[in-house]
Amino acid sequence: MDEFLEEVKWDKLIEATQESIYMTSISVFATFILGMVLGLLLFLTNKGSLWQNRGVNFVIAAFVNIFRSIPFIILIVLLIPFTKVLVGSMLGANAALPALIIGAAPFYARMVEIALREIDKGVIEAAQSMGANHFQIIFKVLIPESLPALISGLTVTAISLVSFTAMAGVIGAGGLGHFAYLEGFQRNRPMITLVATIAILILVFIIQLIGDYFTKRTDKR
Amino acid sequence: MISIRNVNKTYEAKHGSVKAVENVNLEIKEGEIYGIIGYSGAGKSTLIRMLNGLEIPTEGSITVAGREISHIKGAKLRKARQEISMIFQHFNLLWSRTVTENIAFPLEIAGVPKIKRMQRVKELISLVGLDGRENAYPSQLSGGQKQRVGIARALANNPKVLLCDEATSALDPQTTDSILELLVDINKRLGLTIVLITHEMHVIRKICHRVAVMEGGSIVETGPVLQVFKNPKQQITKRFVQQVTEPEETKDTIEHLLSQYPHGQVIQLTFVGDGAEQPLMTNLIRQFPLTVNILQGKISQTQNGSYGTLFIHLDGDEEDIQKALAYISSQEVGVEVINNG
Repeated sequence: MDEFLEEVKWDKLIEATQESIYMTSISVFATFILGMVLGLLLFLTNKGSLWQNRGVNFVIAAFVNIFRSIPFIILIVLLIPFTKVLVGSMLGANAALPALIIGAAPFYARMVEIALREIDKGVIEAAQSMGANHFQIIFKVLIPESLPALISGLTVTAISLVSFTAMAGVIGAGGLGHFAYLEGFQRNRPMITLVATIAILILVFIIQLIGDYFTKRTDKR
Repeated sequence: MISIRNVNKTYEAKHGSVKAVENVNLEIKEGEIYGIIGYSGAGKSTLIRMLNGLEIPTEGSITVAGREISHIKGAKLRKARQEISMIFQHFNLLWSRTVTENIAFPLEIAGVPKIKRMQRVKELISLVGLDGRENAYPSQLSGGQKQRVGIARALANNPKVLLCDEATSALDPQTTDSILELLVDINKRLGLTIVLITHEMHVIRKICHRVAVMEGGSIVETGPVLQVFKNPKQQITKRFVQQVTEPEETKDTIEHLLSQYPHGQVIQLTFVGDGAEQPLMTNLIRQFPLTVNILQGKISQTQNGSYGTLFIHLDGDEEDIQKALAYISSQEVGVEVINNG
């Protein structure tokens, strides 16, 4: 066992873990913002909602459906020209971010839309009957009333993003995926792959724990 | 305070258009409690929702508190809505907010500063009798308490009109009564105009001054509640009046009768089953030198047969009245003397 563990370059593992956390946290944050905007627009432009608009709804829904359907590994490749223009390189953690965000935001947008649809229409109507404007309805009713579902949706999305970062890692973004594939698999050191896997699992568990905690705390139903 | 003129509301459905409200005209006075009764689908919900602009009439005009609700939009409509509050059948509270925060919600919308907001919330909590529940979440409240929060929330911005959309339909009878009493209390104390829609005649009888009966999108009968109860003209109105069953109603009726007949005796006769088919009145008038005056009566059919009550007024010699009472008792009919002249 000790011999096997000696194979593991601990400083590299820590570095890879940091890269994974970096990619995950930045992309989760950006996905949250973009997904919220898209999800709110999807909900609000839907039939019978505040900004009912068939055209806008169709365009956003098409965008969301297309990017949600493309397998992530293909999405990265498709986005190479776009990433090059945006980041200037195809290597490193930052180069993974555009693909991560564009891959995850539509997924989260759908979850946001579902969460918003769960809100009792009567509550929105009550706010309208008090003279609330649309801005107030969004920030005082829609978001607070769907908060637990928004958080649990974000938790699921964040966990998907961890696995997306691993895939991105194989292509050259660094992080634990890169570590497991290049250092472990290609150099035939299974112990490294195992340790990297454990590191990813710990990361996922921590995200799940944090997500569950906040979902529970915000749910007053 | 509210005037509804020639209002029509038509919905475009898949199979042609549906007339939800048809040619409705109503005038509701300031400080009045006005009831609109009808079965589901009668259009009453659409009508009340047009009073705060949640629905816009296809034709006609609606004026509430001096503003033509049917023709204003945007910021003007939102401002007007702060003077026309609404309470709902399913309360529609924000579950993510405590009682205090729910009541503060309309004040936040109106831009009231925080210190004033909290002061006003305190007043409202004691007005609706929710002291001690300030920090509870709606999920921790009973239905009646939730509606009290709804009422407090509706009163926060000192509205001129309160719209009640089936406000007691989701509550049990006892809670319904306590909420209705609260509404009457608010109406008296604040001089608030209240418009309520319901399918329960009990609600109308208990608190409304005037009533309109709706059927198929139109108003088929209107009038002061007592008059409509005594003399319902339309078939549907008669059905609604019948809805109000015995024990609840009698208390109020008796008080009313006692004040109307200072002499003689008011007697409640109770017929059950076969007793309901005897020619009791005829015998009474033939055998005793009394003036018999039928005041109010009702026979309801139940699963176990018919059950009826009749209020009569007997006037004449004390001795004759006693004899008559003894005779009625011998006829398998329940007798209860309500007053002693």
